[in-house]
Amino acid sequence: MGWLTAARWSPYAVGVGIGLLSCIAFVFSDKPIGCSTAFARTSGMIERLFRGNKVLDKSYYKKFVPSVDWEWMVVVGIVIGAFISSQLSGQFQFQWLPSKWVASFGLTPVARWLVALIGGVFMGLGARWGGGCTSGHGISGTLQLAVSGWLAAMSFFVGGIATATIVYKLLGT
Amino acid sequence: MLSAIHQRKPVQLFIGLGIGIVFGFLLQKGGATQYDVIIGQLLFTDFTVVKIMLSAVITGMVGVHLLRSLGLAQLHPKPGSWGSSAIGGLIFGVGFGTLGYCPGTVAGAVGQGSLDALFGGVVGILIGAGLFAVFYPRLSQGILRKGDFGELTLPQLFRVQPWLIVPPVAIALTALLLLLEKVGL
Repeated sequence: MGWLTAARWSPYAVGVGIGLLSCIAFVFSDKPIGCSTAFARTSGMIERLFRGNKVLDKSYYKKFVPSVDWEWMVVVGIVIGAFISSQLSGQFQFQWLPSKWVASFGLTPVARWLVALIGGVFMGLGARWGGGCTSGHGISGTLQLAVSGWLAAMSFFVGGIATATIVYKLLGT
Repeated sequence: MLSAIHQRKPVQLFIGLGIGIVFGFLLQKGGATQYDVIIGQLLFTDFTVVKIMLSAVITGMVGVHLLRSLGLAQLHPKPGSWGSSAIGGLIFGVGFGTLGYCPGTVAGAVGQGSLDALFGGVVGILIGAGLFAVFYPRLSQGILRKGDFGELTLPQLFRVQPWLIVPPVAIALTALLLLLEKVGL
């Protein structure tokens, strides 16, 4: 069972596995795998804790009701699955600073936190603006040959490559 | 039989959880839950993410279209428009390049103990998604409709049956992966 405790698997093995998992999702749940609506629903749930039921009147939350659904469970599952994998390989570790970040921007956790937070805001906004994320559009959309999936996936990488290049080549040391 | 399973909500939540656990396990084993790997892809120094995505797309595309031809699965292509898919995609990209995770891999990063993913990424994505809900009434009447093409698929766009598109795309993506290996990336 050494493969379960291995630190890394071949990206092709992982990719084929995710492709097969998509097929399972279509057959048994009649759904493409996606992640970002779970964040929209959770945001609505949190807002509801503070502002009560009038949150449910927002037109967006009529479309994506703030409650636990299939995709929400997928995202919870991802946390658990990655936890199991990293425990088995001994990679689990509480860590604020990724090493590539440290090499260019130093050892201040607050800086990384702020950039991650701002990046997250753009990502949450953009994912719902574009109607999907790297899973929903980038994998599930493209494999269904959806025009929305191919267009969104190309835009993710164009925007991501440009931004990462600016961050690392112009601002990094 | 399958549609009976699709309609049972508790069973579906359980299946969703199981699919998520396997998905998270695979993403972590592939290295895709690591900031360094994702940023390395966007800076063209590490092609792990593209290798995972393309092999997933090739496998899933052939598999799902086969299942569809056998009557075991239905496609659910998302609707889109230039104002939504392209503009939203670019905004997402800005987040992708700064956060260094995506909504799926950020959850996986949380599972492996990455605190920047939990307190930065997850919190930020929740705020961003909440902001979108605030702007949605105005956006949905305006930019999101620009260049609307609906639930269009590539076979519909080219007016051919899907099996004329699936093999060439599978071959082209496989060739791209072989090329990456050949040049040593």
